[in-house]
Amino acid sequence: MANPTVEPPGAAQPPPQPKPSVARALQTIFSKSKDPDEAKVIARRRKFVMAAVLGSLSVNFLMFLRFFFPRALYEPKTKFRIGYPGDFGFGVDTKFQNQYRIWVVRNTEGIFVIYAVCTHLGCTPDWKPSENKFKCPCHGSGYDSEGVNFEGPAPRPMDRAHVELDPQGQILVDLSHLYSWPKGERSQFGDPGAILRNV
Amino acid sequence: MAETNGHDGKPQTPATPAAGGNGSGNGGGGVAKVLAGAKAVQTRAIEELKETVKAPEKTDLWKSVLRVKHDETPRSRALGVLSNVFLHLHPAKVNRDAVAYNYTWGMGGMTFYVYITLVFTGTLLMFYYHPSKVVAFRDILYLENDVPFGKLLRNMHRWGAHLMVIMVELHMFRVFLTGSYKKPREFNWVVGVLLLVLTLLLSFTGYLLPDDQLGFWAVTVGTNMARATPLLGNQGPFGPQLGMTPFNDVRFGLLGGSIVDSNALLRAYIWHCVAIPIIASAFMVVHFWRVRKDGGISGPAPVVLEKEIKDVRKI
Repeated sequence: MANPTVEPPGAAQPPPQPKPSVARALQTIFSKSKDPDEAKVIARRRKFVMAAVLGSLSVNFLMFLRFFFPRALYEPKTKFRIGYPGDFGFGVDTKFQNQYRIWVVRNTEGIFVIYAVCTHLGCTPDWKPSENKFKCPCHGSGYDSEGVNFEGPAPRPMDRAHVELDPQGQILVDLSHLYSWPKGERSQFGDPGAILRNV
Repeated sequence: MAETNGHDGKPQTPATPAAGGNGSGNGGGGVAKVLAGAKAVQTRAIEELKETVKAPEKTDLWKSVLRVKHDETPRSRALGVLSNVFLHLHPAKVNRDAVAYNYTWGMGGMTFYVYITLVFTGTLLMFYYHPSKVVAFRDILYLENDVPFGKLLRNMHRWGAHLMVIMVELHMFRVFLTGSYKKPREFNWVVGVLLLVLTLLLSFTGYLLPDDQLGFWAVTVGTNMARATPLLGNQGPFGPQLGMTPFNDVRFGLLGGSIVDSNALLRAYIWHCVAIPIIASAFMVVHFWRVRKDGGISGPAPVVLEKEIKDVRKI
């Protein structure tokens, strides 16, 4: 025994258990414990140091992970004006493909905006006027002039962007609000905002 | 007082030569001695310099840097390997049959050789490449058309990368055919699989760097697949339930944004040129070291007798 004043464990009679109380519990927690077994104390200290080291390392690791997710982004605007409904004739208009990655389509129902992203793996399909279809160069998905898939690996028609008329009568497109038609589910293409009717 | 002042009772000064022979070590005789010593050192130095110029290979310095020829004994040959930091990774002696190409195809060593080539050519390419939009592709054109040997370097890097993937796969195929993944080499098989993944990641991150149409759409496709990662992707199983959106999922973390843009280019550059090579090199060190510990590049594993296995000691 390192401490000669302490009796070996088991030699002394256990003291009578005092009544439990809040004050006693607090005292037990905050007073220095008189643990006779030094090895135990050392083991507990080691555990504490180990926990502190591992804890700070894991907090640092979480900070490291969080570092890769920036708060502010410098990406193109998702809300923009593309002109008046009268600017767009019947059929597919590709003039905003490079700038905004959209096609403006007018059919018998009205004007809608297709988000030019292949639903397979995200490439931009090409509009082929002679074949009257969109064809994706990456894996060959084909879509008709309304963006509905009919060949290749694409799982669903291309998404459409939210459209509305601003007070001046211009078409306001919102790419952060998309309408889709997942396979086997209800089409959202008829929802208010997915198409401008009677314009 | 008088005792300390010398025999004639006069106050002793260092400038007086008449102060007497004894007790005057710091006198004029001392200066002469120092000068004589310096002269001797000078002549010796000149002699040594002459010898050095005449036969530089006999100096200790020369012998320490450029090794002298040892006797042709097995011991000195083994020492030549053991005392060299680069060669000591090899075993001092190898069974002649263990290095037969039939068994190993030399694929692991050749993969490492290609990796060294890629590190070298890649470092040279970094002298002309800026990892930012617009300039990146311009730098590729510059390397291809104007930089001396730029086209050669870029093509060495590109074809070397293809070759490394092919060689890693052939190496893995050979290890599979010879059953070299079995005990006690299971651990090294696992390290090797990690190295395969790191090789593919190096290829993938390097794909975007020219910032051409091919690389851009390849990375668009590749990172769109990351959307389908279970738990961590915004379209993967249980992803949306865990709150994954295109703005906080694993794809966002890889690209540094929601689209393949300048952040993605910079991240691919850093992963490709700094982070993954360091990680891969660390695993390669473990891989090579482990090859030796598990009994060399081919042949059966070293035998451990049952009676030699000791009990685990609990601390």
